[in-house]
Amino acid sequence: MAEREAAPQAAELPLAEVTARKRSRLSAVWIIPIIAALLGGWIAVQKLLAEGPTIEISFASADGLEAGKTTVKYNGVDVGRIESLRVAPDRQRILASVQMTPAARDWLVDGTAFWVVSARIAAGGVSGLGTLLSGSYIGMQIGTGSERVRSFTALAVPPVVAANAPGRYFRLTAANLGSLDFGTPIYFRRLQVGQVASYALDEDGRGLTIRVFVNAPYDRYVKAETRFWQASGLDFSLDADGLDVRTQSLTSILIGGLAFDTPPENADADPAAVDTVFKLFDDQLTAMKAPERGSLQYVLYFDESVRGLAVGAPMTFLGMPIGEVVSVRLDAKRQKKDVAIRARVLVAAYPQRFLDMMADPQVLTAGRTAITPEMRHELMNRLVARGLRAQLQTGSLLTGQLYVALTYIPTASPASIDWRSDPPVFPAVKGSFTDIEARLTSILTKIEGMPLAAIGKDLQQSLAALAKTLQDVDALVRRWDGELSPELAKTLAEGRRTLAAAERTFDGAGKALAPDSQTMSELQATIVEVRHAAQSIRVLADYLERHPEALLRGKSEETQE
Amino acid sequence: MSTAGFVSARSLGLAGCEACGLVVRLPAADGMDHCPRCGERLHSRRPASIERSWALAITALVLYVPANLLPVMTTNTPLGAVSDTIMQGVVELWSPTSWPLAIVVFVASVTIPLGKLIALAYLLLTVQRGSVRSNGQRVRLYRLLKFIGRWSMLDVFVDTFVVALIQLRPLMWVEPGAGVIFFAGVVVVTMLAVNSFDPRLIWDLPQQERHGDG
Repeated sequence: MAEREAAPQAAELPLAEVTARKRSRLSAVWIIPIIAALLGGWIAVQKLLAEGPTIEISFASADGLEAGKTTVKYNGVDVGRIESLRVAPDRQRILASVQMTPAARDWLVDGTAFWVVSARIAAGGVSGLGTLLSGSYIGMQIGTGSERVRSFTALAVPPVVAANAPGRYFRLTAANLGSLDFGTPIYFRRLQVGQVASYALDEDGRGLTIRVFVNAPYDRYVKAETRFWQASGLDFSLDADGLDVRTQSLTSILIGGLAFDTPPENADADPAAVDTVFKLFDDQLTAMKAPERGSLQYVLYFDESVRGLAVGAPMTFLGMPIGEVVSVRLDAKRQKKDVAIRARVLVAAYPQRFLDMMADPQVLTAGRTAITPEMRHELMNRLVARGLRAQLQTGSLLTGQLYVALTYIPTASPASIDWRSDPPVFPAVKGSFTDIEARLTSILTKIEGMPLAAIGKDLQQSLAALAKTLQDVDALVRRWDGELSPELAKTLAEGRRTLAAAERTFDGAGKALAPDSQTMSELQATIVEVRHAAQSIRVLADYLERHPEALLRGKSEETQE
Repeated sequence: MSTAGFVSARSLGLAGCEACGLVVRLPAADGMDHCPRCGERLHSRRPASIERSWALAITALVLYVPANLLPVMTTNTPLGAVSDTIMQGVVELWSPTSWPLAIVVFVASVTIPLGKLIALAYLLLTVQRGSVRSNGQRVRLYRLLKFIGRWSMLDVFVDTFVVALIQLRPLMWVEPGAGVIFFAGVVVVTMLAVNSFDPRLIWDLPQQERHGDG
């Protein structure tokens, strides 16, 4: 205020003090934008460095995938994100452009697999529940290849086995898939040791090849002789031993499974090589049967019905299974002008199994491990000479299933093995059951042949005669009634008189038979005698019953006393 | 509009001390002038005003790039983390119900910072070229710049509040992104740039302006 009032004169105003001016202040302020530019540039470089390669993954469907949201995860770690989704030019697949992290650069090699992870309720259990909330993501498995690849095709199904998981793959051939699926567990002594990795139909469509993975410590238990079988669910068998239920575990009951084991005699063998092919058996029993090596085929001819003899029916030797029926055919044999048609049953015998059943095979092999053909010929010729025959026997009366039994039939007519034909013909006889059947039939035929009509007629005539006789008797009785009654009354009166006389006589006799009378005592002695006699007769009767020959030969020595 | 009819302190070789208000004569000698009473530095125009303004405006422009490219906010939910830049936030808000909000955010966060820089650049350019036209409007523009500056932090405030309030771990929580720091930098540097600009330069005649921002 005061300053405004004092009218200022330019000359009166104080002069500003002057100090030396610092130079180069001009450029100082420009440091700020330079710093900002450096900061921005550094961030940009960081961003660029953080940008990994862009790859392209081809999916069958983009279901659950979202551009900008869906991530690629390797073992749960984000390693990429879908940038964009577009339909492939052929309109068959969806191409996803994926921005990977720089760390993933070296992982993008051939063999690297991608797949969509979403909630999945499958054989092995429920997986990917987290994706119900977060949405699907893309799983990744790093391949072992060395060649860098920029475009991939996503797997339809997540891989069951991690690429670097220690263990070995094996192949199983099966007729059908059963209840198997990806991830179906494989059990060894009820311990889960692996899973089904994949399966594929064979080229010719006749079977399936199932690829299984057995985890590392357990893969060495898979030997060349190991058997795999379907351990799916429950395995009931009702046989002579009663009801037998086999299962692996509760899980396998629900979702099925595979099991393997090695027969004890091969348990010490070397582990099987990778990708060894095994046959997948239907159950443990068939799987663990001894291997059918070197089967020998024989032909059996039967003149009887082979109904109920199925292919695969067992052949037993004294009840022990040593082979099975390979085929059942009809065979025509021309004999001069006649033609005989009979059933031709081809059976396979397993000599090794036969030997395995022997308590002491050395007796047969004469110290060697196997029977030579000459030894076998000789042995079999002898057995046949002793009456060994093939016979159809009934396995089950209910179902009428037949099997081939090799049994000794001493009464069989002499026969021999026809070694010249190929395969050799083994002598066969009519089956025991069919024999019974034939006998029953012949009995029935005889009954049928009886003159039943004539017998009936005779019987009728006899009955008529009887009726007539009875009529005569009736007439007789009636006549008696009329003619004999007065006589009878007379007789009765006389009888009464006789009885009175008798009474008197008995009175006298009573006196005579008084206990102290002589007559009485004599009578008693007589009765005792009679009792003794009766006893002797009983002893004799007893002895004769036991030794009827005594009637002819007399009492034998040792029983005399 | 001409300034010819008006006399400025500068045209008389005078200056007012900004600290004690003493009016002093400025000597013609080259050097730093000081108030003889309080010792405060004296200058008839803010020193290196245009240069500083330019530098700061360019800084703001540089910072504006990462501020818009980097996410300002990361929302974490059990469904995953979503990071949004300013523009992504605007796009996400752009729906039939919340489009007014989208416009507010867009204007406050994108248009205004950029507009301020453009306006400042216009002022600087016209002053450097010694333009004498529409001085009044340019001064109004300058006032508007100063006024808006204090409201430009809207986006930063929103971000701060959201981050502080939405901490419902593990269900949901929000984390600030690097973008918000750059955005705050843009706002602050722009304010400094506007502050560095001396509006008196608008009225200085070309020949005098060259003489000096001593």
